[in-house]
Amino acid sequence: MRVPISWLKEYVDVDLSPAELDEILTNAGMEVTGIDYVGVEGADLVWDRELVLLAHVLKVERHPEADKLVLATVDYGADEPKVVVTGAPNLFPHLGDDDLAAKRLFSPMVLEGATYLDPYKDLKPRKLKGKPLRGIYNDAMLCSPVELGLGEDHDGILLIAEDARAPYVPGTPLQDVLGDSVLDIDIIPNIARCASIVGIAREVAALTGGELRMPSLDVVMDGDPVDGRVEIHTDHPELNPRFVGMVIEGVEQKPSPFWMQHRLRLAGQRPINVVVDISNYVMLELGQPNHTFDYDFLRGRADDYNPGGPIRLVTRLPEDGETLTTLDGTEHKLFPNNILVTDPAGNLGIGGIMGGHDSEIRPETTNVLLEAAAWDFISIRRSARQLQLHTEAGFRFSRGVHPAMAERGARRAAELLRTLAGGTVARGIVDHHPLPTEPAVVDLEVAYVRRLSGLHDLDAPQIADLLRRLEFEVEIRDGESMTVTGPDHRIDIEGPHDLVEEVCRVYGYANIPDSVLADSLPPQRGNPSLEAEMRVEDAMVALGLRQAITYRLTTPEAEARLSGTVDESPYVRLANPSTQERAVMRHSLLASLLEVAAANSRFRSRLALFEVGNVFPMAEGAERPDELPRLAIVLSGPRRADHWQSGSASMFDFFDIKGVVESLGEMLGLDLGYGATEVDGFRPGRTAVVSLASGNHKGKALGTLGELHPLAVERYDLRLEKNQTVLAAELHLDVLLGALTGDPAVDPVPVYPAIREDLALVVDEGLAAVEVEDALRKAGGVLLADVELFDVYRGDNLEAGKKSLAYHLTFQSPSKTLKDKEVQKQRKRILGQLERNLGAVLR
Amino acid sequence: MIEALETLYQRAQDELAAASGSEALEAWFRQNLGKKGEVQLMSRRLGELEASERPAFGRRVNEVKQALQAAFDTRSAEVKVSEMESAIARDALDVTLPGRRPERGGLHPSNLVLREAYRIFGDMGFQIYRSHDVVTDEENFEWLNMPPEHPARDMQDTFYTTDENILLRTHTSAGQVLAMREYHPEPIRVILPGMCYRNEQITARSEIQFHQIEGLAVGRNISLADLKGTLTEFAKRLFGADRKTRFRASYFPFTEPSAEMDVSCFQCDAKGCRLCKYTGWLEILGCGVVHPVVLRYGGYDPDEFSGFAFGMGPERIAMLKYGIQDIRYFWGSDLRFLEQF
Repeated sequence: MRVPISWLKEYVDVDLSPAELDEILTNAGMEVTGIDYVGVEGADLVWDRELVLLAHVLKVERHPEADKLVLATVDYGADEPKVVVTGAPNLFPHLGDDDLAAKRLFSPMVLEGATYLDPYKDLKPRKLKGKPLRGIYNDAMLCSPVELGLGEDHDGILLIAEDARAPYVPGTPLQDVLGDSVLDIDIIPNIARCASIVGIAREVAALTGGELRMPSLDVVMDGDPVDGRVEIHTDHPELNPRFVGMVIEGVEQKPSPFWMQHRLRLAGQRPINVVVDISNYVMLELGQPNHTFDYDFLRGRADDYNPGGPIRLVTRLPEDGETLTTLDGTEHKLFPNNILVTDPAGNLGIGGIMGGHDSEIRPETTNVLLEAAAWDFISIRRSARQLQLHTEAGFRFSRGVHPAMAERGARRAAELLRTLAGGTVARGIVDHHPLPTEPAVVDLEVAYVRRLSGLHDLDAPQIADLLRRLEFEVEIRDGESMTVTGPDHRIDIEGPHDLVEEVCRVYGYANIPDSVLADSLPPQRGNPSLEAEMRVEDAMVALGLRQAITYRLTTPEAEARLSGTVDESPYVRLANPSTQERAVMRHSLLASLLEVAAANSRFRSRLALFEVGNVFPMAEGAERPDELPRLAIVLSGPRRADHWQSGSASMFDFFDIKGVVESLGEMLGLDLGYGATEVDGFRPGRTAVVSLASGNHKGKALGTLGELHPLAVERYDLRLEKNQTVLAAELHLDVLLGALTGDPAVDPVPVYPAIREDLALVVDEGLAAVEVEDALRKAGGVLLADVELFDVYRGDNLEAGKKSLAYHLTFQSPSKTLKDKEVQKQRKRILGQLERNLGAVLR
Repeated sequence: MIEALETLYQRAQDELAAASGSEALEAWFRQNLGKKGEVQLMSRRLGELEASERPAFGRRVNEVKQALQAAFDTRSAEVKVSEMESAIARDALDVTLPGRRPERGGLHPSNLVLREAYRIFGDMGFQIYRSHDVVTDEENFEWLNMPPEHPARDMQDTFYTTDENILLRTHTSAGQVLAMREYHPEPIRVILPGMCYRNEQITARSEIQFHQIEGLAVGRNISLADLKGTLTEFAKRLFGADRKTRFRASYFPFTEPSAEMDVSCFQCDAKGCRLCKYTGWLEILGCGVVHPVVLRYGGYDPDEFSGFAFGMGPERIAMLKYGIQDIRYFWGSDLRFLEQF
C-alpha cells in the first residue's frame, strides 16, 4: 500500500518527518518497507527550490524561424514574465489564444543551472544550459513528467489546470506543489482496514493523539428517484451480506482532474478517465472497492427480461459449466463456489474481484450504475486463488472489509462523479442488506489487560482512552471492567485478547517494560534422545569428520543410486513439489550424504563427512511416516592432507571407516560387534554389519559399514583418483541410543607390572580374525589383560591357504607380580587350546 | 719414574685441552684414566721402585689421577655444552614452514546456532521438545487458530502430501499444542527446534527447508513484558551485550498481541548499512502472547493461563552473525563452506 504523505495530511495533521512516521507506523504493525521521495530531499532527482518553479502560461506564439517550436510567455513570480522556447505539442492548440491567461494553466519550469532528466539520453541527469534555439536565446524549459522524474509520459509538457481546491501561485517552488514522500506499507493480513489512506490516517491520529478528518459522505441527490429502477437480491447473504447500488446519470467521460491523477500515480495506479479514476480513488481513500456498470446496457437487458420493470441484480453461485469473461478479456471457467453478480440475462462480474467484460463502462457511457458491496472474505480469498485473479479489490475483500463501508464507498464515489464528472445522482440508495453485522461487544477486565501486557499500573480510564483513540466505544462499568464496542470499520475484534493488542499497540510496545519471567519454573526434564544425538555429533567431530546437513526431500530414483534398485516401499510424497528433484521424504540418509560427497568430489579428493538426521519410512497403510534418526558417514581419499615434509598420505580404506565406528562405540561406552554381510550398494567382501555385542539388545543390528560398490560410485558420479575408494556407513541411531546405558565404570590403574609376549599363529585363510581373538581371550583367562593384533602375513614361507596372525599378548595380575613361569604356563595353555579348537599352529 | 709420571701428567693435560669432541674425550679417558689406562699402568709399576720412594710416588699417582679426573669432568661438561650448542645451531628450522595439522572435524553452522540457543534458553529454564516434520493440518494450522481458508495460510507456501490432511510443517509452531497437551496442566517452558519446509523458489534468500527454533512459555502470570525481557536477554547473549532490541507490532494468527523483534544492527552499530538495509535494525524473530484459541486447544484455560511464543530461523541468524550471503550454502554442504566453521 503506497501512501503519499500529502494525501495522508488531508485526513490528519502530521508534523512528523517521513522517517518519524516510518518509525511510529512500523512499530505499530504497519511496516514501512520503503519511502519514495518525489522531487524532495532523498529523491533521485531533487527539484531545486530556487530554479524549479511553477509557471503560469500566459500566452503561446509562433516561433518566427521554426514550425515545430513555439514561444510560451510565462509568469514565474519574477518581475518580468519569461519567454520560453518549446516544442511541446500540447501548447500548439493554445497558439494565439488571447484568453489563455484566464484559463489558469500552469507548468513546471526548470531554469538554467537546475537539473532535469534527459529523455533523449536514457534519463541521465542533466544541467540546463542556456543556448539559442533557432535564433532565439532560451534559458528555461517547461517540463514533461518524465523530465521531472514523475513517470513515463513525454508526450508534452505537464500542463496543470489550477486546482479548484487551492489557488496556484506563479513562482512557487515545484517541491511545494508536487513534491512528496510516499510510504510503502506492508499490509499484514489482519489489518485490511489499513489498506486505505483514511485507514492509515486513523492509525496515525491514534498514535500521535491527533484528530481524524473523515472525508464528507454527503451526496447531493437531485436526479430521478432510483426507486423502481434497480432491484437487488442476494441468494447467499452469508457470502454477500450487503449490496449497495446508486445511479449517476449524465456523466461526462474525460480525464480526471490533475490532483486526482497525481495522487493515483503516486499511489501506483495509472489514471484512465474520470469514471475509472474515481472508482480507484475511493477504493484507495476509504478502502471500499466499488464497481461501475454501464446503466444503459443493463437497462437494455432488463427490457428483454422484465419489460418496463427494474434492472434486477442478483448475486448467486454459478451454474454447471458457466463461464465469465472479465473486463481484462479473459474467459474464466467458474468454480461452484465463485459468487457472481448477475442479472436474469446472464452474469456481470465475479463478486468482489473483477467486473465482467460486457457490462463495463464504455467511452460512450453516460449513465452509471455504481456498486459497493460486502463479501465474505474467506469466499473471496478462495475464489481469487482458484481463478488466479489478483486485483486490488480482491486484495481488500479477501482480508475483510466491514459491510458498513459499502454505503460510505458508494456515497463518496457518487458525490465525486457528480462534482468531477458532471453527473446527476439519482435520488435514493438501493441498499440490500439481508445480513446486518452485529457490532463486536466485548467485556474487558482491567486485570486481564494487566496480566497479558505486564502493564500493572494501567487503570480503566487509561485503557478506555487508548481504545477510544481507535474509535472503540468504551463504557467503564466499574474500576475493574468495561464494555467495549468495536467500530464499524473493523471485523477483527473477537475477544478481549484483541483489545489487549490494541491497547499495547497504541501504548507503544517500546513503552512496555522488559521483565524477567517470574512465573513458577516447570519441572525440569532432559531430552535424552537429543542429548545422545549431540554426543554422537561431538564424537564424529572429535574423530575429524565434518557435519553436513542435506535436503530431506529427494526422489526414489535419486536414492536408488545407492542400492541400484528403486525402493518399492511407500514414500511420503508431495502433492505440490517445487521441483521434481525434491518430491518425497527420504528413506536413506546415506543416499543424501553421498549426493553431497559426489558434489564435493569435483574439487576435493579428501572427504570425511557425517550427517545426523531423520529418515521417513512409511509403514504400509499408515497415515504418517516413522521419523527415525540415522547417522551416515562417508570417508574417501587421502587420510591426511599432503604435507611438504611427509608427502602424500595413503588412502582411506575399509579399516578407517571401521575404526571410526569402533571409536564411536568406545566413546559412547557401547560394545559393538562386526560380521561379514552383503548389502546392496556396498562392495561384497568389504561390508560389515554392525551390531550390539552385549547388553539387553545383544545381537541387534545397528547398520552397515563398508566400501561402496564400484557401481554405486559410478551412479553417483563420484570423481575418484586411482586406488581411491569410498567408505560409508549408515547406523540406526534410534537403536544405538536405546542401548546407551549409564556412565562406564573406570578400571583401576594397574599396580603390578605387565609382561608382554608376542605370538604369531598360522591359521586357515578363511578363519575370521575375530574368532582367533575371541579364542585367545577365552584361553588366556583373567591374566590375559589385552590382545592386540599387530601383523597379518601371507607369503612364500607359508603354506597356500594359510595366513599368519601376530599378536601382542599382555599378561597382568591385579594382585601380584607375575612370574615368568606363570606366563609361560598360560601361553602354553593358549597355544594348546587354539591348536585344538582352530587348528592354529605357532609360526 | 717420577719423571715419567710427570711427563704423562703434562701430556695428558695437553691432550685433554686439545680434545674437542665427546669421542676424543672418551678416547682420552680410555688412554689415561681407563682400567688399562696409562695412569693405572703407572700405579702398577709401583713395585719397580724402592720401598722408600713408593709412598711418595703412590701419593703422586693418586694426585695426578684425581687432578686428571677433575680436569676431565670439567672438560666433559664444556664439550657437552659446546656440542649441544652446535647441534642447536645446526638444527634450526624455518619456523615459517607450514605445520602438520591434525585433520579436524566441525559442526554445521546451523547446528552451532541451534546449540547456542539450547544453551542460552537452557540457562533460563527452557527445555527442548522435539516433534515431527510430517504433521497434520490440525497441528500446523487449525490448532494454531488458522482454520481452512484463513488468510494467514497465504503467508506460508505449504508442501502438501498426497494425503490431503498431511503436510510438511511450515513452522515449528506445529509442535506447540502437542507440547501443551503433553505437559498440561503444568507450566511450560520449552523450545522446539526442527526442520521446516516451504514451497518456494530456491534462491540466495529462500530455501525449501530451513530450521526453526520455536519457544513457548505457559503459566499463570506470563505477559508481553516477560516476553520482551526474555528475548532481549537472549539477543544480548547471542549477539552481544551492547545490542538493543525493538519490538514492533505484527500479526500471527496464533499470538495476540504479536510482535517482530529487531536487533540493532551489529555490523554498523545501528548507523545504517547494507546488511540492515539502512534501517539500523535486523529482523530476528516473530513472537507474541499465545492466542486463547491455542491455549484452549492445548488444554489450558485462557482465563487462568497465559503464555508467550516466539520463533526464529537459525540459518538467518547464522547468515547475519557470520556474514553469509547465500542461504543455499547451508544444504549444499560444500566443504569449502563447512570448513570455515
